[in-house]
Amino acid sequence: MSAPFSEPPRPADNRTLTAARTSELDAGYSPGADAWRRLRKNKLAVFGGVTLLVLALLCVVGPLFLSTSYQDQDLELGAVGPCAEHWLGTDTLGRDLFARMLYGGRISLGVGLSATLVALTIGVLYGAIAGYVGGKTDAVMMRFVDILYALPFTIFVILLMVIFGRNIILLFVAIGAVEWLTMARIVRGQVMALKKLEFIEAARALGYGNRRIIFRHMLPNIVGPIIVYTTLTIPAVMLLEAFLSFLGLGVQPPMSSWGTLIKDGAEKMEEYWWLLVFPCSVFSLTLFSLNFLGDGLRDAFDVRSAKD
Amino acid sequence: MLRFALRRFLQTIPVMLCIITVTFFMVRFAPGGPFTTEKALSPEVLRNLEAHYGLDRPLWEQYVNYLGKLVRGDLGPSLKYTNRTVTEIIAEKLPVSLELGAWALLVALLLGLPLGIVAAVKRNTWLDYLCSSVGMVGICVPTFVLGPLLALLLGIHLQWFNVSGWYEPGDRVLPAVTLGFVYAAYLMRLTRGGMLEILHQDFIRTARAKGASETRVIFKHALRGGLLPVVSFLGPAIAGILTGSFVIETIFQIPGLGREFVNSAFNRDYTLVLGTVILYAALIVLLNLVADIAQVWLNPKLKFE
Repeated sequence: MSAPFSEPPRPADNRTLTAARTSELDAGYSPGADAWRRLRKNKLAVFGGVTLLVLALLCVVGPLFLSTSYQDQDLELGAVGPCAEHWLGTDTLGRDLFARMLYGGRISLGVGLSATLVALTIGVLYGAIAGYVGGKTDAVMMRFVDILYALPFTIFVILLMVIFGRNIILLFVAIGAVEWLTMARIVRGQVMALKKLEFIEAARALGYGNRRIIFRHMLPNIVGPIIVYTTLTIPAVMLLEAFLSFLGLGVQPPMSSWGTLIKDGAEKMEEYWWLLVFPCSVFSLTLFSLNFLGDGLRDAFDVRSAKD
Repeated sequence: MLRFALRRFLQTIPVMLCIITVTFFMVRFAPGGPFTTEKALSPEVLRNLEAHYGLDRPLWEQYVNYLGKLVRGDLGPSLKYTNRTVTEIIAEKLPVSLELGAWALLVALLLGLPLGIVAAVKRNTWLDYLCSSVGMVGICVPTFVLGPLLALLLGIHLQWFNVSGWYEPGDRVLPAVTLGFVYAAYLMRLTRGGMLEILHQDFIRTARAKGASETRVIFKHALRGGLLPVVSFLGPAIAGILTGSFVIETIFQIPGLGREFVNSAFNRDYTLVLGTVILYAALIVLLNLVADIAQVWLNPKLKFE
């Protein structure tokens, strides 16, 4: 329990000598290029990456080319199914579902990215400090993480959102506060392994300060695992946001995220199936893509999974 | 072993205390109160109400009082439902949530274990790919997506089940499947992984060499070791099923504790919120504890770490 991550020290250039990779070593690829080559061979990961790029591009740029905005109402039109003019149909207020989904995607992806960034920053700093300082400080810091792990966080996030109103900043904080724990554990494990290596000792012998050693010498060497777990954190974050929005505790109207669209769709599914089916599909597709990409990256960087 | 269990048990006490304290003060610092209604009460009535429930005392004194009562098993009166105690409300609503959870767990086990075993035994065949895809779908399609979609297809379109409510036995099907499916997917992945690891080992080859039938090899020899990771996952899974029921109860309008909890938080029913959180937290912490101990018990290698 006390050592959740006890991997053998993994050198930065990842030259674990499997037979398949010796030829790549001869050619002299950098670790980044090496991972990139392996990632491209993974069809599912490439599919995930391309889908994500297309979706993100559509959500960011798409609304600029649309004639309707997400809040344009057409009450006389009401809800119509998919047709030539409204590709994915309209909702009961006559708002174009396609436009609403693009705008919703902006919010969902935006929340996903920024809350992940919060989690990433806290997790990396916390883990790096705990692992680098070690000793009693480390023990206390990681015990704290263990305690947080045991808390029923879903309950607390719901409580937080219900009680302190539903503003979007709080949403970031609440989600970020939940998702940094695993990152902290992983970074700590990696830093502890690196700490014993010669080049860190060399850096210390050269008289470099702690901050410089952590940021310039250690973190660049654990970029792989950090990227992998960031990619896997994004779907978790998006899921939590959609979960809260579905309960009516997340993003508030007139803004809409995919979670609120699914909520609206679920309420009206008896008459208007498209309001439920399309947001559900695009949301699941995004989660699929992110998970495929994350798994692919994990294999490419050859990071062992840290199952807690 | 006993010492490990005891030490692990003692560790849960600060966790529980921490949860109670955070929840207590979080609810209190929230804007609004249990007696804030659309029609404002006169100050005198309000003062009397607060005095009746002890809400006029200093906060720390209320906190100490609450802890004192809690140790004796008293969760206090509900502030919104007059003349009812929190314990009564929980006793009424919890069985519904527990029943839902039990059905969901059954679905998860009945679906996850066989699929995982099949996938591992028939590795790299179309059966394996089929099972693994089902697993991926379960992990990427969250309950609040699956639930409405199932209700749309099986409830509204095919008219097999009611879309909401909790009356007939048939009403259990959709919520249980929705809630259980995600965990079926996780169980399937874990079972597959665990079985694959075991099927490689020497004692399996020995069993085959002895001439044991394939069925016997799988069920008698491989399954025990292969299910180890599944056992340790069951604790968190049950905890997840319990908290996951919030959404399910909202989707299918089931009168369980999950919905009651969200309502009580909206209503600022301080004691009911606290009571529910403490109950859920205790269940979760306890399940994790059992899972940890079971893991060490089943895998003696861990004892020395």
